[in-house]
Amino acid sequence: MTSASVQPPRQSTKSTLDHASGDKRFRILEAHMKKHQFRHDALIEVLHKAQELFGFLESDLLLFVAHKLRLPPSRVYGVATFYHFFTLKPKGEHTCVVCMGTACYVKGADKVLAAVQEHTRIKPGETTPDNQLSLLTARCIGACGIAPAVVYDGAVAPRQTPESALEQLGKWEAK
Amino acid sequence: MAAKTLTIDGRQVSAEEGATILQAAEEAGAKIPTLCHLDGIYDVGACRLCLVEVAGVPKLLPACTTKVAEGMDVRTDSERIRSYRRINFELLLAERNHICAVCVANGHCELQTLAYSLGVDHVRYDYRFPRWEVDTTHSLFGMDHNRCVLCSRCVRVCWHIEGAGTKNVAGRGAQSRIITDLNMPWKHADSCTSCGKCVQACPTGALFHKGSTVGEMERDRSKLEFIVTAREKGQWIAPD
Amino acid sequence: MTLNDLHLIQARELAGKKKIILRCCMAAGCMSSGSANVKQRLEQAVAEAGLGQEVEVRGVGCLKLCCEGPLVQADPQEVLYIKVTPENAPTIVATLRGEPADLPQTDLNAPFFKRQLSVVLANSGVIDPERIEDYIAAEGYQALHEVLTEATPTEVVETMVRSGLRGRGGAGFSTGIKWGTVAKTPGSRKYVICNADEGDPGAFMDRSVLESDPHSVLEGMAIAAYAVGADQGFIYVRAEYPLAISRLQIAIKQAKQLGVLGSGIFESPFNFSIDIRIGAGAFVCGEETALMASVEGKRGTPRPRPPFPAESGLWGCPTLINNVETLANVPPIYRKGAAWFAGIGTEKSKGTKVFALAGRVKNTGLIEVPMGTTVRTIVEEMGGGATGGGHIKAVQTGGPSGGCIPLPHLDTPVDYESLGRLGSIMGSGGMIVMDDTTHMVDVARFFMEFCMDESCGKCVPCRTGTVQMHHLLCKIMARKATPRDLEKLQELCDMVKHTSLCGLGQTAPNPTLSTLRFFRHEYEALLQPDTFGPHRTADHASLPAAETTLLHLRQTYRARAVEATTRAAAETTTTPTTAK
Repeated sequence: MTSASVQPPRQSTKSTLDHASGDKRFRILEAHMKKHQFRHDALIEVLHKAQELFGFLESDLLLFVAHKLRLPPSRVYGVATFYHFFTLKPKGEHTCVVCMGTACYVKGADKVLAAVQEHTRIKPGETTPDNQLSLLTARCIGACGIAPAVVYDGAVAPRQTPESALEQLGKWEAK
Repeated sequence: MAAKTLTIDGRQVSAEEGATILQAAEEAGAKIPTLCHLDGIYDVGACRLCLVEVAGVPKLLPACTTKVAEGMDVRTDSERIRSYRRINFELLLAERNHICAVCVANGHCELQTLAYSLGVDHVRYDYRFPRWEVDTTHSLFGMDHNRCVLCSRCVRVCWHIEGAGTKNVAGRGAQSRIITDLNMPWKHADSCTSCGKCVQACPTGALFHKGSTVGEMERDRSKLEFIVTAREKGQWIAPD
Repeated sequence: MTLNDLHLIQARELAGKKKIILRCCMAAGCMSSGSANVKQRLEQAVAEAGLGQEVEVRGVGCLKLCCEGPLVQADPQEVLYIKVTPENAPTIVATLRGEPADLPQTDLNAPFFKRQLSVVLANSGVIDPERIEDYIAAEGYQALHEVLTEATPTEVVETMVRSGLRGRGGAGFSTGIKWGTVAKTPGSRKYVICNADEGDPGAFMDRSVLESDPHSVLEGMAIAAYAVGADQGFIYVRAEYPLAISRLQIAIKQAKQLGVLGSGIFESPFNFSIDIRIGAGAFVCGEETALMASVEGKRGTPRPRPPFPAESGLWGCPTLINNVETLANVPPIYRKGAAWFAGIGTEKSKGTKVFALAGRVKNTGLIEVPMGTTVRTIVEEMGGGATGGGHIKAVQTGGPSGGCIPLPHLDTPVDYESLGRLGSIMGSGGMIVMDDTTHMVDVARFFMEFCMDESCGKCVPCRTGTVQMHHLLCKIMARKATPRDLEKLQELCDMVKHTSLCGLGQTAPNPTLSTLRFFRHEYEALLQPDTFGPHRTADHASLPAAETTLLHLRQTYRARAVEATTRAAAETTTTPTTAK
């Protein structure tokens, strides 16, 4: 039998709190929790804020949230991994979200995605080794009237084709 | 409390108000197969093995969470229910790597016993053979995700009986898995009290005492009973 | 705040109205095509032309014809400019002075617009969603005032029952009866939740309503809260809709400032406040019990019903959950009366329904039609038929929980019962047109993959059943399946449909069952003949137990060995998919 290879290193609450005291973002996060009176039901709101501040949810960040909200760490981890919006890994410099909703799909979003995948050699949910681009897919961004849609760094682009997608990637690469 | 009279498989049964169909059936001697149910902890109605037919209700209802009502007519066994239970079980067996011949719980496994009683002698679906880890970092216990059926009994005993909340479910869908604290190796989970309740609660060989080999992981059901009834009986030491 | 104040605001707004209004669509679809720039340039052009006193450039909600965005409508000229670029702005302003211009525009008398009947979308594209005064000018919050001062909660519920409104979230449960149940259930605290977790891919009605007319939803919630006796409301909205979230935040803030939300609304003893809860990307949270778990900050897994939320919902309190479109229907019902509403639609399905028309159809966008309009009218007449000269093959409604309406059934009227008979559902209102380039087995596979990814993993049939069904559909697509696999697929569909815990699992097989019903030939064309002879289940049953166990083990190990070799082969080239 092999021992588990679950990645996060050992985190103790104390070391996390020490670490947190030096970072202003933790103070902002704590103020946000205070606004919600450290209520358990604010967990998802707090995780949204944490991801907004830090970009992704590191394990010491989750431990900090668990400690402050007085929740078991496993519960915080369980919630953070349940929702697709939360990411536990750092994202790339740029993000490219291909909408794979039904309307986009029947209008060729799969071809757009295939082109991007081939160009970047990464799969949805991955980031390029140089940390430049994260490729993601969305279930539906509600922009069905202008399908197929792709979100480049938060801006929705309408009626995409493999060519237009590669053009945008090219612009980023040129920088 | 007021008593409710209902019919289970054609027999008149009376049950206390607030009792579940499962409890009423048990008292009436009708055996309903269950997997995620464990006496003493709250029910979640997740395994769907205890689904029963209730006259007048178009949907099948889980016996473990449905409360009895006056005049209810319940059928716990029909060709349709049996067929659904069999498919359900085949799906479970195909989901992860349930290889009895090399399992610590062989011969003492609820999954195995249920499979026999439901007549599941083969699986028609393609096995998924996922690759799951085995966590043997804890000094006393081990966790083999390959044998986990995600019944969440360990999660519930850990939170509602022990109050530690070490275990929880992470991820979702087929990628769901039981974690300890922040998905760290078990020995690093600070909140774990090493009480072993989860090991007693596990229906399969997923949670086991370290050092057990094939077929050796026998669960002491009296300990399990002690765990769930200690509070009401005021017992603080388990009987030998 | 009193009725008089409302009338004052309304009068002030109407008196200050300028002669010409350029309505510029600021909903998400047009925004992504650059309508914010267009609006800015229009304002600039108006100022440059010195028309500031006569012309107002107004950012409005959805103007419905999303495929032709950015859209700008000029009133009272009644001209709808399409595909407007910022460079067109001076030309548009010049036309206001009578100068001729050659700009692309669309016919507002086309069936796409003329066939619509706006109840929910009455304010959409007309008012500025970021100004409460605009909503009040359009008679907003008067219904709430009337309800609070002139009706008892019981009367409010009775009116709702009389109107015949049914839930627009999919199942079509009577809204009045739902309100009545929550009102009757005793509880020290009660809650009202607006379900804005519009997860169906291909549906964007709720997003448009929230972006175009957020106050109608707030007013609807307040009326509902008064009827059931709640003092706290939550709007659970998807994180994917940032614009809708920000407009809701603005709307709630303005409503609080004016005193139409908060404590002592309209100088009555009624208090009601609304908080926004932002989802985090889980389709299952559209299911009401999962949604409540998520509002409580937990994993969004559903729980068995009963108890229904009306009896034991949020934190165990009686809770009313209504969908966005349902709530947006509420203010018009109280403003114009239950009889007026009940006069629209069919016998059992009252009122109108908003559909998001998308897919391979010429006109994509938002449409609102009376219940009972045929699918053909919607897709052929209003939608203008298939794009690029193709032929419509089927229309998909209800997203991953619904089914397909094939060409021969296009004359089906849209109402809850008729769609249900075809094995589809009304759903929340996504309507995706598919033409002959779409392979129906692929569509079934697409939806099954969706359900597999979105399954919460709590109950066995949904968690493992969707995986096996998806596997079988992939096998069929890869031309590796036999008739026996098709049998297995059908059996699984039936099992998952009847044994899953929540609506997601119970409806996950619908797209597959529906395509199997109407397009079975497409499946059969992909099948290979059975190579192992007839089904052997019967033989297995008669074998002694020891032998079957042995057989099982042998099968297991053989399969493992095959798996190991293929995996080894795969690993040398790519990373295995199981590693993610």
